[in-house]
Amino acid sequence: MSFLIDSSIMVTSQVLFFGFGWLFFMRQLFKDYEVRQYVVQVIFSVTFAFSCTMFELIIFEILGVLNSSSRYFHWKLNLCVILLILVFMVPFYIGYFVVSNIRLLHRQKLLFACLLWLTFMYFFWKLGDPFPILSPKHGILSIEQLISRVGVIGVTLMALLSGFGAVNCPYTYMSYFLRNVTDADILALERRLLQTMDMIVSKKKRIAVAHRTMFQRGEVHNKPTGFWGMIKSVTTSVAGSENLSLIQQEVDALEELSRQLFLETADLHATKERIEYSKTFQGKYFNVLGYFFSIYCVWKIFMATINIVFDRVGKTDPVTRGIEITVNYLGIQFDVKFWSQHISFILVGIIIVTSIRGLLITLTKFFYAISSSKSSNVIVLLLAQIMGMYFVSSVLLIRMSMPLEYRTIITEVLGELQFNFYHRWFDVIFLVSALSSILFLYLAHKQAPEKHMAL
Amino acid sequence: MAALDRVKVLVLGDSGVGKSSLVHLLCQNQMLGNPSWTVGCSVDVRIHDYKEGTPEEKTYYIELWDVGGSVGSATSVKSTRAVFYNLLNGIILVHDLTNKKSSQNLYRWSLEALNRDVAPAGVLVTNGDYDREQFADNQIPLLVIGTKLDQIPETKRNEVLTRTAFLAEDFNAEEINLDCTNPRYLAAGSSNAVKLSRFFDKVSFSTDSVWVVLGEQVRLPEILPKAQGSSEPLK
Repeated sequence: MSFLIDSSIMVTSQVLFFGFGWLFFMRQLFKDYEVRQYVVQVIFSVTFAFSCTMFELIIFEILGVLNSSSRYFHWKLNLCVILLILVFMVPFYIGYFVVSNIRLLHRQKLLFACLLWLTFMYFFWKLGDPFPILSPKHGILSIEQLISRVGVIGVTLMALLSGFGAVNCPYTYMSYFLRNVTDADILALERRLLQTMDMIVSKKKRIAVAHRTMFQRGEVHNKPTGFWGMIKSVTTSVAGSENLSLIQQEVDALEELSRQLFLETADLHATKERIEYSKTFQGKYFNVLGYFFSIYCVWKIFMATINIVFDRVGKTDPVTRGIEITVNYLGIQFDVKFWSQHISFILVGIIIVTSIRGLLITLTKFFYAISSSKSSNVIVLLLAQIMGMYFVSSVLLIRMSMPLEYRTIITEVLGELQFNFYHRWFDVIFLVSALSSILFLYLAHKQAPEKHMAL
Repeated sequence: MAALDRVKVLVLGDSGVGKSSLVHLLCQNQMLGNPSWTVGCSVDVRIHDYKEGTPEEKTYYIELWDVGGSVGSATSVKSTRAVFYNLLNGIILVHDLTNKKSSQNLYRWSLEALNRDVAPAGVLVTNGDYDREQFADNQIPLLVIGTKLDQIPETKRNEVLTRTAFLAEDFNAEEINLDCTNPRYLAAGSSNAVKLSRFFDKVSFSTDSVWVVLGEQVRLPEILPKAQGSSEPLK
C-alpha cells in the first residue's frame, strides 16, 4: 500500500518536471524557431524530468521521506530509464536528424541513422578501456558498465565547464579587464565597414556591367566546367574574362574583410554595453562579486593541484568535517545527527539547484550562439545528451558531499564503481581546463587592444 | 558614383530562409551552388531598366544588401546591423513558406529597419509592437517574398498562400512566392517578374526625390527635377 502511495508521489513529481522541461523548451530555447518535430521536445523534457527525479531521490534519501525499499526500487528504475535514453534513444535521434539534413542520404535515412548509432556505441564502449573504473567481474550489459562510461564522459564535461566557468566568471564580472572603448572607436570602425561595402558595391557594378555587355554581344560567359573545360581555359582566354576574374578575386578579399570588420564592430558594441552596465549599481555589485570569485577560483585550482600531487581524496564530507570542527574546537555541543541531516540537506539542495540553473543558462546561451533553423533539432538533442550525462555524473560526485549514512543508497544502486577515480579525474580535467582557459583568455585579451591600436 | 544614382534595397529575414540564394538568383539569374552562412552583410548588384521601353528609360544599379542574423540577436549585434540601414530605398522581406515563425518575425524585422531609418535621433516611434498604421504611411516600398515553395505539398498550397496574402496586405506590399533554386519562377513575362519589375521601378523612382534636412534630423521627401543633387542627412 505504501509502495503505491510512494509510486504515485514519484510519478506526480516526474510529470511536474516533465511539464517544466516542456515549458523551458518552448519559452526559452525554441522561442525564435518553429517546433516541427515534437519528438525532439518530448525527448528533451523526458531527459530533464528523469534527471531531476534522481536529484529528488537524493533529497528524499536525506530527509527520510518515503519507504526505503520503494526508494531503492525507484532509483533502479530511474537509472535504467535514464541510461536507456542517454545511450540508445538520444544518440539514435541525433544520427537521424543529422542524416535528414544531408540531402544525399535522404532515401535511406533509417539505415544511415542506425549505422551512425552503431559507430557511436563502438566508440562509447572503447571509451571504458583505458580507465580503471570497473572490476572485471560484471557482465556486458549491466548497469555498472553503462554508468561507468556515462560517468566518465559526464565528469569530463563537468570538469571542463567548471574550469572554464571558474576562470571566465571573474573575467566577465570584474571591470578591471574591460577594454576602454570610446564612441569614436566605434564610429571609426563603422566608417571603415561602410567604406569596404561601398568598394564591394562599385566592383560588383563593374562585373555586372561587363556581364551584361558580354551577354548582349552574344558571348555567353561560361565558367569552365569539367576537366576539358579547364584545359581549354588555359589556352583560350577572353581578355574581358581575365579582367573579370581579377576583379572577382578582389571582391572576395574585400568581402572577407567586411566580415572581419563586422565581427569586430559587434565586439566593440558589446564591450561598450558592458562598460555602461558596469557603471550601474548592479554592475558594481557584480564587480565586487567578481573579486570574491577570483579568490575562490584560485583556491580551487590550488586544492585541485594539492589533490593530484599528494594523491589524496577527501574521506569525510564537508558537513561532517564542519560539525567536527565546531564540536571539537569551538566546543559547541549540539545534536549531531539532527543537524547533520538538515545541513547536508541544505548543502546538497543548494548544490543541486545551482548546478541545474547554471547548466540550463549555459545551455541556453550556447544554443542561441550556434543554432540556426536547420541545425536546431540536432543541437537541442546534443544539449539533452549533455544535460543527462552531466546530471548523472553530478549524482556520482555529490556522493562525496554527503555524510556516510546517506551515501549507502548511491553506493548500493550504482554498484562497485571506483568513486575515487572519478574525483581524481574531475580534479585533473578541472586543472587542465582552468589553466588552458586562463591561457586562452590572456591571449584573447592581449590580442584585442593591439588590433584596435592598428586602426 | 554620384549619390543620386545609388539605389539601396535591404533584404531582411530570419537566418536560413534563403536570402542569399534569392539575391544570387536576382542578380546572377542562376541558382546559388553552395549556400553558406552570411556573416555581417553581403551585397550584390542588379541592373534594372527603369521604365523600360519608354522614352524615359534609365538604367539603375540596384544594390541588394543581404543582412544576416536572427531577429533575437544580442543588442550589440543589432546595433552593428543598424549601420547598414541608412539611406534605404526599399526593403525586401523574405520568409520561409514552410516555417510560420519566420513569417511572424517579419514584423520585427521591418520595425528594426524602419525605426532605425525614420528616427536616427534614437527616439523609437513605437514600443516595439506591431502597429498597422505605421505601415500605412510608410514611404519606403516593401516587397514580401516567400521561399521554398517547392517544399509545400500541393494539398497545403492554398492555405499557405492565403496566409501569405494576409501577411502582404498587412505590410501594404506586393508578394511573390517562389523557389530560389529554380530560375523559371522569375522568367521574363511571368506575373512574378512583372511584380518584381514594378517594385524596382517604385524603388528607383524614390531616388528621384530629394531628402531635405530640417533642424531635428527629420526628413521630408520633395519631388524636384532630376538635375538637383541630393544631400545626405547629418549624422
